[in-house]
Amino acid sequence: MENNNILNLKDLNVYYGAFRAVKDINLNIQKNKITAFIGPSGCGKSTVLRSINRMNDLVEGTKTVGEIIFQDRNIYNRNVDAVSLRKQIGMVFQKPNPFPKSISDNITWGAKINGYKGDMGQLVEESLKSAALWDEVKDKLDENALRLSGGQQQRLCIARTIAVKPEIILMDEPASALDPIATLKIEDLMKTLSKDFTIIIVTHNMQQASRISDYTAFLMTDENRSGHLVEYNRTSKIFINPKNKQTEDYISGRFG
Amino acid sequence: MDIIRQRKNFISKLVFQIATIAGIFALIILLFSIFNEAFGYVIFENEKSPAEIYDSGIGLENASKEDLVKILENNISKGLMRRFNFDQSFETRDRENVLELVIIEVVNPTIVKAWALSTSIFQKKMIIETLKNDYPEGNLEFRSWLSLDFLFSAQSSIPEKTGIITALTGSLMLLLIAIILAFPLGVGTALYLEEYARPNKLNKLIQLNIYNLAGIPSIIYGMLGLAVFVRFLEPITSGNLFNNAANSTANGRTILSAGLTLGLLILPIIIINAQEAIRAVPKSLKFSSYGLGATKWQTIWSHILPYSMDRILTGSILAVSRALGETAPLIVVGASTFVAQKPDSIFSKFTALPIQIYQWTARPQPEFRKVAAAAIIVLLILLLTLNAGAVMLRNHHKNKKKG
Amino acid sequence: MKPGNKAGLFEKDLSKTLLIKELLIKGLLNFFAVISISVTMGIVYILSVEAFLFFSSGEVSLWEFFSSTEWQPVINKFGILPLLNSTLMTSLIAMLVAGPLGIFAAIYLSEYASDNFKARVKPILEILAGIPTIVYGYFALTFITPFLKNIFGHEVVDVYNTAAAGIAMGILIFPMIASMSEDALSAVPSGLKQAAYGLGATKLEVSTGIVVPAAVSGIMAAFIVGLSRAVGETMIVALAAGAGSNFTFNPFRSAETMTGYIARISGGDIGYDTVDYNSIFAIGIFLFLITLVLNIISQKIIERYREIYD
Repeated sequence: MENNNILNLKDLNVYYGAFRAVKDINLNIQKNKITAFIGPSGCGKSTVLRSINRMNDLVEGTKTVGEIIFQDRNIYNRNVDAVSLRKQIGMVFQKPNPFPKSISDNITWGAKINGYKGDMGQLVEESLKSAALWDEVKDKLDENALRLSGGQQQRLCIARTIAVKPEIILMDEPASALDPIATLKIEDLMKTLSKDFTIIIVTHNMQQASRISDYTAFLMTDENRSGHLVEYNRTSKIFINPKNKQTEDYISGRFG
Repeated sequence: MDIIRQRKNFISKLVFQIATIAGIFALIILLFSIFNEAFGYVIFENEKSPAEIYDSGIGLENASKEDLVKILENNISKGLMRRFNFDQSFETRDRENVLELVIIEVVNPTIVKAWALSTSIFQKKMIIETLKNDYPEGNLEFRSWLSLDFLFSAQSSIPEKTGIITALTGSLMLLLIAIILAFPLGVGTALYLEEYARPNKLNKLIQLNIYNLAGIPSIIYGMLGLAVFVRFLEPITSGNLFNNAANSTANGRTILSAGLTLGLLILPIIIINAQEAIRAVPKSLKFSSYGLGATKWQTIWSHILPYSMDRILTGSILAVSRALGETAPLIVVGASTFVAQKPDSIFSKFTALPIQIYQWTARPQPEFRKVAAAAIIVLLILLLTLNAGAVMLRNHHKNKKKG
Repeated sequence: MKPGNKAGLFEKDLSKTLLIKELLIKGLLNFFAVISISVTMGIVYILSVEAFLFFSSGEVSLWEFFSSTEWQPVINKFGILPLLNSTLMTSLIAMLVAGPLGIFAAIYLSEYASDNFKARVKPILEILAGIPTIVYGYFALTFITPFLKNIFGHEVVDVYNTAAAGIAMGILIFPMIASMSEDALSAVPSGLKQAAYGLGATKLEVSTGIVVPAAVSGIMAAFIVGLSRAVGETMIVALAAGAGSNFTFNPFRSAETMTGYIARISGGDIGYDTVDYNSIFAIGIFLFLITLVLNIISQKIIERYREIYD
């Protein structure tokens, strides 16, 4: 595997109370590539994703053990600030969740709280263009974002994340609530974005993972229902020539 | 066998239904008993009959201004005449104004007998008999004890002249102070408990404590206010510390003390309602804010508060309407029995609408019961307005969330 | 510039910047939350101190306070029993009115009534519960008492009496008991009911044989909260139950309750540090403890039944 790491997960364990949801994950994420996390539901792929920008901190009773190295520092180190971290590792959620504000306010709010002093109009335009939404909404930037269609809302959420200019964008099943056409648009968008950003996506859709990702990590649950990493490799290798029997069974089963 | 079961089933359903309807029935009777007292026939007797003081054929109501002034001069003392002239010279007073003076000062009608609305409607014959037999000098009139004069007059010891403007002003000032204290404190506490507090012992204790505060009888809050605001903090609550004592006899029994007491009383209600409102903010909204690198306060200020504000306000309005009707704590804190002047500062002595109702109801003269009924109607209308406001806010909220 | 950082729009550093504003706000909100505790502590402290002064004044012993049947402050007789007795009488009468009515209404609303009927009746009950108690006091004095006099005789019923106060209080508490009981009844799993209907039970048999027993703890909690409300209620008794203590079990006689006494004594201009002043706090702490215990019991009951159905 080439060595252009941006993020290293080392012996990552996540507990919800006494329950170990994720067990001993070791993983290196490549810069400016799309990495997909796949696996059956409950395998902990979303948990791993949320631990990368410490969203798990917001869930009561969560405990994270192990290291995630980003910019030469363990993000779980005491002197690392979760708020600053999330400015650099942004997140797009499963269900589109724009703020109940205007379209342009959705873009500018994140920039504002981060102290952005530049031209807001330009930032709105750039971000919406990057998210391939500009042409559809340029005439109604002051309309409430909740009036947009589901697919548009999700692209707005991506634009909103881009506007903060993060290093990494985490996407938690970003297309699972959308129709096929909207899904296709999001997938195309991810391809374009990967030139400028590192993207990590959780998906339950094998075709999606194989279509868009450069790397794929396959997770499974063990006998204690803890999620662990089974195999991690270039997507082409995982889908065509998996080393692990479980991976092969799962992928062929899902492609059925 | 089955018929008996069916019959039992039917009868019990009837019993349950009657119990439910009893609630509605009670409300109707309660409202009826109040409206019944607030309107009805009265007999008033004049100190001097209009015919006696003005014997032209056209009647006192149609007398000219000059004649009316003459009547005044003939019937009241020179000193009083001078005072009226000093207040506003008779040249600039209009005819209606002078007529009013004549009626108040010379004719001076006094209510000697009053009936309830139901009696006035169904036993009019008896009323007319009473008028003929017992009050041959009296005049019969249908009176609404609730009137504009009643709303805008100051307190008086004569039932037909008394009003509630002092009490209304007092209530308004009390509520303002209460909400200024309780709203920030309550919303802040709710934010702390919902957004910051980890589930440790102290925070569990705070939560339990708030539920218990909500169940403490209001009179106990009055005792807290008496000991803390009226007595312990007297230099502050009487205004002496600021050389601003509006009334040196208030001794800390001021609008400020009472308002703060009511503030503490509604604090738990505001907290509990605000907590529910904040809890109803969707998690996804919070996550999307945190996901952009927002701090806790940025998330609260830009998303949580705007989303939950109308529900917080709805709860606060309900809390205010609770404070508006509270009587017991005000009595304990030391509401004044007689305040003829409108309170002019937070260091004034105070009275409030429910206090007036209490005092009027407790008086032996039956006319004061009617005054109390009129005041109750005002109180209920105010409460209804507040509650309608809360309902409208709630509906507004529902529509907004639909997008 | 650190490796991996974009020449960027924003200053990007993972280090914890000490956000003074955030800390200040958190501290302030925490302080607000603690104030609510200080209110309780203030109540407990003040009631205890003044009550202590009362009992240490030498005018009355704790034993006398709880055993004597005379409360005549003018001649230094401080037995709380007559006040407690009339408090219990008014509360009992209130519960006799509100209890059955409340639970019947709750059964009707949760098991029989159509949604349409419910939507109409519940706001009315809310209005009833939201009417200030002073209005109920007025109602008791000007309507219920004359009504009782007409039924039982003008000589039998005093102008001020515990029956009228209790009945008015019952009407006040009834909506609360109905609403809390209805919540408890509605929380009973529908599977339980369907099983009973499946065995051929009538609606009455299901309601009283299955649903009510399953919700009994919730209904009890409602009763206890209602009782606590009745014990602490002031304005109704202050107006309708009468002034001056009277150790009687006759509901048609005038008898002052604990809250009524506090309201009457503090309504005049009492001097601080007099026995009168301290005596209201001695009653106050007793009243506080009764309502606190009742509230805690009802909370415990509610907690337990939540656990069962969650």
